[in-house]
Amino acid sequence: MLTLSGVGKRYPTGDRALTDIELTLPKGQVMALIGPSGAGKSTLIRCVNRLVEPTQGSIRLEGTELTKLSGQKLRQARRSMGMIFQEYALVDRLTVMENVLSGQLGYVGFWRSFLRRYPQEAVVEAFRLLERVGLPHAIDKRADALSGGQRQRVGIARALLQSPKLLLVDEPTASLDPKTSRQIMRLIRELCAERDLAAIINIHDVALAQQFADRIVGLRAGQIVFDGLPSELTSEMLTTIYGEEDWDTTPEPLDDEADDSEASSYQRGLPTMAAGSAR
Amino acid sequence: MSERADMTRVQTRQQAAQRGQWRRLPLIENPRLRWGLAIGAVIYLVLALASVEVNWARVAEGAGRAVNFLGAFMQPDFISRYDDIVAGLLESLTMTLTSTVVGVLLAIPVGLGAARNISPLPIYFICRAIIAVSRTFQEIIIAILFVVMFGFGPLAGMITLAFATIGFMAKLLAEDIEDLDWRQVEAVRATGASWWQTMNHAVQPQVMPRLIGLSVYRLDINFRESSVIGIVGAGGIGATLNTSLSRYEYDTSAAILLIIIAIVLLCEYSSSHVRRWTQ
Repeated sequence: MLTLSGVGKRYPTGDRALTDIELTLPKGQVMALIGPSGAGKSTLIRCVNRLVEPTQGSIRLEGTELTKLSGQKLRQARRSMGMIFQEYALVDRLTVMENVLSGQLGYVGFWRSFLRRYPQEAVVEAFRLLERVGLPHAIDKRADALSGGQRQRVGIARALLQSPKLLLVDEPTASLDPKTSRQIMRLIRELCAERDLAAIINIHDVALAQQFADRIVGLRAGQIVFDGLPSELTSEMLTTIYGEEDWDTTPEPLDDEADDSEASSYQRGLPTMAAGSAR
Repeated sequence: MSERADMTRVQTRQQAAQRGQWRRLPLIENPRLRWGLAIGAVIYLVLALASVEVNWARVAEGAGRAVNFLGAFMQPDFISRYDDIVAGLLESLTMTLTSTVVGVLLAIPVGLGAARNISPLPIYFICRAIIAVSRTFQEIIIAILFVVMFGFGPLAGMITLAFATIGFMAKLLAEDIEDLDWRQVEAVRATGASWWQTMNHAVQPQVMPRLIGLSVYRLDINFRESSVIGIVGAGGIGATLNTSLSRYEYDTSAAILLIIIAIVLLCEYSSSHVRRWTQ
């Protein structure tokens, strides 16, 4: 459904963010994109919906060449790609309902959106989505009055109101606690299954990626160095992607015991400091 | 060569820090330059103060007039020129309100154009030029020009204040837009929104509180300025004040000044109140 071939991006500063990316995403597949910070994950998904302009290669979504589009055509293409952001990127001073309805902006004209007179079907669908993500009571709250997890749910509802074929998800859990992270990932996963959506999910948390994705792609310094099933992601592979590290002792982020042992080892490591601060 | 000097300096600082000796880095590294600049500035200040001539005889003579003037303040006369004062005040208030509304409306497109992150380079330069021209000249100079062009009276005053408002508002609005949270803009663009929809849904909510606050602040400034530019013939309470001063009716002048003080205080109080409310 989505095909990237030979995609490259060089920033005006001369930094090469992506080199010769070849990637095909079939319909309904949830793909996790992992890699160290600065590897080009955000650049890659922003090239797909052209928030960043790729400098080389072609990106096709269901037969449409995205890299050549401009103006009206580009806006129509963007409608079919919902994006979910790190730190949610809701418009803080608008209400939850306005934020969700902004998913319709690609479909309605300027004056309708300016006067907030969205079509009735759109409002019905927006409310249904808010119910689906569990926030029907919050429609008139300002977006900045919600907690992190709630905001991300609003962000998801906004992306889905675009009736997308593809979700581009940029670090959805980077600012959430481990439990909320899992809930959000599960929600994205379920919604993709319900609507047969393909998704590219940038994520730092390898354990979450392995748990919730169908396929994992590893990016290092702008190049794909791994592409396979979650089960194929071994310690050696992680070293290839992220560099040398003792992977086996990485504590499970959600495991309570692991959390405790980490905390106690921290205290054992710094006994004098801990005592000093207690006094 | 200098790199090597830097290295040794860093090393000596590290060694000193190891012994517990550490001083903040000076603003200007070269001690000779640092002390030279400081001593030079002091010498210049002393010489400059010495060069100001004070004619003590003239000061003594003027002191008598100042006492007259202050005496008149003790018994301000609101009554004998009541009609002139009311007419002048109404003219000033009309001038203030109309010029603020017109100025702010014109400043919004200029401000959008002058924000580097949302407008193309040619438009940016044109709008920055408009701002520069508007801000270069003090209100009195512009007022003299417009009085020559449009004749005595409040029309010249209104145009002057509107012109000055454009520069002030557009510059501050543009800076606010340049500082806005770009993620929110990206999120709205990713839905397929047009440029105008992006302005309305992502930029406007972020800058609106400041825009309202600045408009009210500018209203307050415009009232003060309207009483000043009246002196060069641009109508309003300033013209009334000027007339009373040139007729040596200090008691009436005192009444006018007291009214101006009262209105400015009122404006300031209400504008700070409005600014707090819009946050």
